[in-house]
Amino acid sequence: MQRFSSTGPATPPAPVGEADNASKTFGETRALIDVTLDVRAGECHALVGRNGAGKSTLVSLLTGLQRADRGTIRLAGAPAPSLADRGAWLRRVACVYQKSMVVPPLTVAENVFLNRPVGNNGALVDWRRMRADAHALMLEWGFDLDVDQEASTLTVEQRQIVEIARALSIGARFLILDEPTAALEKAAVDRLFERVHRLREGGVGVLYISHHLEEIYEICQRVSVLRDGELVLTGEVADITQGQLVAAMVGSAPPRRATEIEASAGSAKLGDTRLDVKGLNVTSRSGSVYDVDLSVCAGECLGLVGLRGSGSSTVGDAIVGLVKRKAGSVEASGVVGYVPQDRHQRGFVPVLGVDENLTHAVLGRIADRFGVVSAGRRNEIAEREVHRLQIVARTLDQPVVSLSGGNQQKVVVGRALAAEPAVLVAINPTVGVDVASKEALLDAIAQARDSGVAVLLISDDFDDLRICTRLLVMVRGRITTSFTRPPWDRQLLISAVEGLEVAV
Amino acid sequence: MAEQAVEAKTAAPRTVARRDLRLVVVNWFRELTLVPVIIVLMIAGAIVNPVFLTTSNLINVAEGGAALGMVVVAESLILLTGKFDISLQGTFGLAPLLGAWLVAPKASEGLGTEWSPWLGLLVVFLVGLAVGTFNGFLVIKANFNAFIFTLAMSILLTGLQLGWLGGQTVYNLPEAFIYLGAESWFGVPVSVWVTIATFAVASWFLRYHRVGRAMYAIGGNLEAARAAGIRVDRIRIGVFMVASVLAAVGGLMQAGRVTAVTAGQGSNLIFSVFAAAVIGGIALEGGRGRMIGALTGVILLSLVTNILTLSNVSSTWIDAVDGAIILIALGLAKLIGTERA
Repeated sequence: MQRFSSTGPATPPAPVGEADNASKTFGETRALIDVTLDVRAGECHALVGRNGAGKSTLVSLLTGLQRADRGTIRLAGAPAPSLADRGAWLRRVACVYQKSMVVPPLTVAENVFLNRPVGNNGALVDWRRMRADAHALMLEWGFDLDVDQEASTLTVEQRQIVEIARALSIGARFLILDEPTAALEKAAVDRLFERVHRLREGGVGVLYISHHLEEIYEICQRVSVLRDGELVLTGEVADITQGQLVAAMVGSAPPRRATEIEASAGSAKLGDTRLDVKGLNVTSRSGSVYDVDLSVCAGECLGLVGLRGSGSSTVGDAIVGLVKRKAGSVEASGVVGYVPQDRHQRGFVPVLGVDENLTHAVLGRIADRFGVVSAGRRNEIAEREVHRLQIVARTLDQPVVSLSGGNQQKVVVGRALAAEPAVLVAINPTVGVDVASKEALLDAIAQARDSGVAVLLISDDFDDLRICTRLLVMVRGRITTSFTRPPWDRQLLISAVEGLEVAV
Repeated sequence: MAEQAVEAKTAAPRTVARRDLRLVVVNWFRELTLVPVIIVLMIAGAIVNPVFLTTSNLINVAEGGAALGMVVVAESLILLTGKFDISLQGTFGLAPLLGAWLVAPKASEGLGTEWSPWLGLLVVFLVGLAVGTFNGFLVIKANFNAFIFTLAMSILLTGLQLGWLGGQTVYNLPEAFIYLGAESWFGVPVSVWVTIATFAVASWFLRYHRVGRAMYAIGGNLEAARAAGIRVDRIRIGVFMVASVLAAVGGLMQAGRVTAVTAGQGSNLIFSVFAAAVIGGIALEGGRGRMIGALTGVILLSLVTNILTLSNVSSTWIDAVDGAIILIALGLAKLIGTERA
């Protein structure tokens, strides 16, 4: 297939995007300090760092949403256009964010050519030409997508394709992917990697932001690490071990884990059964469930592992009554604490403070018999949870919306723990948070387990599984495999999750 | 680079299918959900009163629907971009009133200035434009909540209308001023022709013009529209302006039809406007809906009003029946079209 002659393999890779000694300060926070980084044509360059390390700031400078205080940004070898000239930025660089940038009621073709003339007349839409061009674009880059499909029906993966196709059709050859795999199942991730490979062959330079370090080894050639606004490491992926990467991200923390996931067998001896699910059947768009039986004892942490769409999160929603059961029974003794999958939608009330959010599940306990809330008792509980989860907030009443993602998630988990539950159901409790927050979250849940809470941890992040004492794997709505003795073998686990037959 | 990209595209095989027929049919079906309801209503009307199916009555229905239709087009345009304007009914009353005031003689409650009717028409247009500009800037630029702001505007405009007129009616208006609402072409009122043309132009514009498509993008995902370089604020303010002018023209039709401007012109109109737009498939949350659907909504409501009048329902009960029928239509629309109401 014919590609663009200017970016053929013969020419040495030129940078498609560069930051040269770029600095950015917000108030008293130095978000970015003298960062120098370049992304070359045909390369996939990983950008990693904990939340708050400056990744978002760097992206906003590279995409022209903000101006660097000092230093320069260069795109396709030329100085960056002025911030006001959005069109010029869009022709050089595009970022696929986690939040959707497609317009749901419009078709795929229209989304690809959003606000751009197709055909001869600039003011009128030539529908036939637009559809043909969109189709040709999909063919050219090997994207498998119906251009007449309404965007509201697209999956996350397909939505990413639309946004990538849009950038490519404008002419941008510098693509920033911001945690593209966060909401994808394994097969979709593999297809994404194939697409990234094809983009590289086509001369596109990709800046790849991810929390999943394994992915970086799979598709990236170089990696840069940001910590506290500074570039602490940059180099060829092949020369850097995972341990070194983690060390660079965290600073001083020791590197951890290899092929096995260490997991404690659980210190407390098991108590009586706290959660008992029998013959659970649920029909759901986010993954149906068939004949699931499981039970969790006090002091135990049962891990329920499955790909997105496998029904694992539906089990959690069904236990707390958020989705309707078609058949089966759920019995829980005592209060059930719940950490929902989508923290933004169900996790917290953005404008309310840390203290109020932490105590939403225990309003009855902090109010007197006339319903009047005692500030003292609220603070007491809030302070306990802030301490337990190491929540970083300026004040107890700081609105949760202004916290970092990791701290927001700590508030969500804290809210569930504040109720002193007998059973804790947590769905992906560490999704999208930095390494340090992850540690704090998992430690807090492990503590709850050891103090006799029955924990059901539903996750597709293998790092979470180290606090589990037992694992069940779900594939296409059914429980297929059970792991009872830690440590967990990654290979076996991946095979089981992928639906392969595994002898345990 | 961009030119090369186009080159590569034209070289690629054009295996893309013509429009997916199934999809086209589904879309039309969704838009025309109300057609069976309208047919049932026609049959019911014919049974209730033999007068219903006469040409003069049907023209009467169309004439009544014309003024409403103008405001429905106006509101639909704003709804598509994700906002709404309650004060369109105030403009519907106040704009023609100010125009009529300046052209009517003192004896028929005018100001006595007796301006040329053409100047009067210009005033109607300018009042619409001014109200729309004001609303647009304050809702979009100053970020006032559309609901409470346009509600307050509506109360203000209607209040001015009532206060200035003091319960009187401006009548004896010159022919040119009421031409739109009083004259006919080929036996059909001019207002009906104009409203049909307005629906057609709006429909075409929304489908084929860049700005029309941008309106859907703005209502469908504001951030994505902005990121794509669409001048989001400019278009949204422009839509407010156009909508208010359309409402003013609708008011002119109403004034022409009764050859006068009453103190109550436009009162409570906005409820029918929202009802027609929403049962016609215009989504309140923006980005979804078509003019053809809104048109069926207007036809349905006009038929209901007419049949109620013909069936001798006591005038004090008409509102209640009207409301009940709108609720039923909403229920039907929800049942049949997936994304409605």
